[in-house]
Amino acid sequence: MMKTRSKTVRKLVNIAALLASGLSAIIGLVFLVWILLDVFSKGIGAINWKFFTELPTPPGISGGGLANAMLGTVIITVLATILGVPLGILAGTYLSEFGRNRLGEIIRFLTNTFVSAPSIVIGVFVYAVMVVPLGNFSGLAGGISLAIIMLPVVTRTTEEMLRLVPDSMREAALALGAPYWHMVWKVAYRSAGAGMMTGIILAIARVSGETAPLLFTALNSPYWPNGIMQPMANLTVTIFNYAMSPYEDWQVQAWGGSLLIALTVLVMNIAARMVVRRAGKSRKR
Amino acid sequence: MAGLKDTPRHSSWMETGFRFLTWGAGFFILILLLAMMAVLIYDAWPAIQKFGLDFLISTEWNPVLGKFGALTTIIGTLVSTALAMILAVPLALGVALFLTEMAPDFLRPVFGTAIELLAAIPSIIYGMWGLFIFAPILADHVQPWLSEHLGFLPLFQGPPMGIGMLNAGIVLAVMILPFMASVIRDMLLMTPQVLKESAYGLGATTWEVIWQVVMPYGRRGIVGGLFLGLGRALGETMAVTFVIGNAHELSWSLFDPANTIASTLANEFTEAADPIYLSALVELGLVLFLITFVVLGLAEWWLRHTAPRGLEK
Amino acid sequence: MKFLPTDIPVKIQVRGLNFFYGRKQALFENNLDVAEKKVTAFIGPSGCGKSTHIRTYNRMYSLYPDQRAEGELIMDGRNILGDDVDLIDLRTRVGMVFQKPTPFPMTVFDNVAYGIRLKSRMSKEILKEKVEKALRDAALWDEVKDHLHSLGTDLSGGQQQRLCIARAIAVEPEVILMDEPCSALDPVATYKIEDLIGRLKTRFTIVIVTHNMQQAARVSDYTAFFYLGKCIEFGDTEKIFTNPTEKETEDYITGRFG
Repeated sequence: MMKTRSKTVRKLVNIAALLASGLSAIIGLVFLVWILLDVFSKGIGAINWKFFTELPTPPGISGGGLANAMLGTVIITVLATILGVPLGILAGTYLSEFGRNRLGEIIRFLTNTFVSAPSIVIGVFVYAVMVVPLGNFSGLAGGISLAIIMLPVVTRTTEEMLRLVPDSMREAALALGAPYWHMVWKVAYRSAGAGMMTGIILAIARVSGETAPLLFTALNSPYWPNGIMQPMANLTVTIFNYAMSPYEDWQVQAWGGSLLIALTVLVMNIAARMVVRRAGKSRKR
Repeated sequence: MAGLKDTPRHSSWMETGFRFLTWGAGFFILILLLAMMAVLIYDAWPAIQKFGLDFLISTEWNPVLGKFGALTTIIGTLVSTALAMILAVPLALGVALFLTEMAPDFLRPVFGTAIELLAAIPSIIYGMWGLFIFAPILADHVQPWLSEHLGFLPLFQGPPMGIGMLNAGIVLAVMILPFMASVIRDMLLMTPQVLKESAYGLGATTWEVIWQVVMPYGRRGIVGGLFLGLGRALGETMAVTFVIGNAHELSWSLFDPANTIASTLANEFTEAADPIYLSALVELGLVLFLITFVVLGLAEWWLRHTAPRGLEK
Repeated sequence: MKFLPTDIPVKIQVRGLNFFYGRKQALFENNLDVAEKKVTAFIGPSGCGKSTHIRTYNRMYSLYPDQRAEGELIMDGRNILGDDVDLIDLRTRVGMVFQKPTPFPMTVFDNVAYGIRLKSRMSKEILKEKVEKALRDAALWDEVKDHLHSLGTDLSGGQQQRLCIARAIAVEPEVILMDEPCSALDPVATYKIEDLIGRLKTRFTIVIVTHNMQQAARVSDYTAFFYLGKCIEFGDTEKIFTNPTEKETEDYITGRFG
């Protein structure tokens, strides 16, 4: 004899599970929206013309801005991009085009684990190999730490995107007598271009919001950036210092900085999405 | 007609150069990781030599007396991560399932994009929110309620200060939630529509389709996503440093301030003047590096181990 | 007939060709002749090795470390399977068109110019002439002459395939390999390609793999029938289709299997 499962019970289980899942979705979204709203409402008050144009003022003296920190963050991020992106693209190319062997396997494994290595430990490493021997904190050291964080991210997306290029496309180019490097350069990169671009923008967005690896590499500074071999002001460490300080105007500035960083990261993410969408459109037409 | 040339063409040095360049970049990653490990060990060596195994099992962290034991921070790291995972995993699954299986069609792309954007928000922002907004709410409303109703557990005893292990765990959970949810969502989306339709066609309810078809199909990726979230939580600095209270004390109570490896590094690294103090901090970093490496290595191993083999051609 | 009569010029002599995917052998002692400036068709059920066979002519398999060929492929007196062969030269002389159209993600013009530019440097005017000639030869010029600078990927499937043919003939190879060039196309586009093959054979040696027997009968001068990795029969197309020697060939032609 078969025992039929009650349809009512099944339906009740269904409803209960769906409710639980919907509820957790709501809880999750509520928290996230709550955070964004707070960053916006608290940060917007700090944002004015001076915020973008002036140097910080000492605590107690109102006014001032974070212009030096913004410039510093841009410099450090550009340094990281210059160092990290080409290396990452090359390494990703290696993994996708020539890495179907034992060494490739090892590097792929290490890259995948490296992607989420704790960023503060990377800061410790750069401190040991750059700050200590040179005797001072520097913007360049900050840029290098961020480049190390970008490297595996760019490597991985490059490999993934190149793997999406069909082998028939590679063969078609090689069948015309193209050398391998020429095929990669002119055909594979072009075909994977939009995806790689997206990956790179996302990697830049990610490091531009990093704080931990800058704490003991770029350090911070109340002045305008003065060469990449000197400690360099940057937004995230400034936010950290200001937020932990007991002064209320500094805390307001920290919220302003947070809003700025959050908006920058969001804009870059949206830009990355648009790159993909546009490429997708022209392909479909 | 000329025969086939055996002489290398003008482009062959480009070919060799290109191969060498990409190989060099790939090899650089390997070297970099080895160098990181070597440098950390080298700089931590004085502390390793001085404290030996005691470093890992002692709870005493006293820079004034020059005594360093990492157990408090190791436990702090593990407990805050565990708390975050306990809170975030069910929520992340719920969000992902909601996004892929339940939300009305027009909401899915909007919510999906929103979650992905939130995953990109820098962690320092979560930390600030935890310190300024969430801590007071925790102290005024949540902690008193917990003490009242669950106060018989040592976990929920002590003065409600807002800042402490509980706050760190919750902020970490909120931080890794969108990340894990979007990874899990991507995995769930890979379930072929036909598979779901055939289950629905047999008269299965939505939940039965999710539980019996979608989840097993995406299991591999889901576990991978959870591991990645775990790795993030373990190594996270900023979200924790703001709210954990930074006290080198072990306590049963989640209300008490505590410390993690990352937050200790963030707070003390630039202040450590004494060489042995610095060395002990580097050793902390080494321990964190090893912990995350093992966790992420396990995740990689799992993903490969369970990878569908496919049929040999 | 195993080989061509001595009075017919032979472009490629295939002698004792074996092919391996790792440990698995896919071709067994293949022997045949590819006649110069004629169309040779390879037919047979799927998985019979005809595509594997054609991919040895331009050493495409050399890309994949676990694939390997043994035996002799004599082209103009040289064994092209030898280690000393410059693959880039070989592939300039032996062009290929694939099953699915493979336009590069660049403009129509750049697609055709890709191979020409690889081979030599020249002025813009000459390059333009060469591209136009190739597109005319591929019977595509009239359709794309106003869209030379839009993406090659925006063309229709049949146009894309003719673009790939134009790209292949632009480098003026001696041999053109076609690996089921029409299998992804509709009948009208297929007809255009077949028509094109008929006109190109005066200038090129063409080898075409097809699963479509009527197509083989329509376009080819010689036909080889493959089965289970062996070249079962090779000869005049007319003879293969009207009066095959081997029983397997007859079964396949008459539709008893495959």
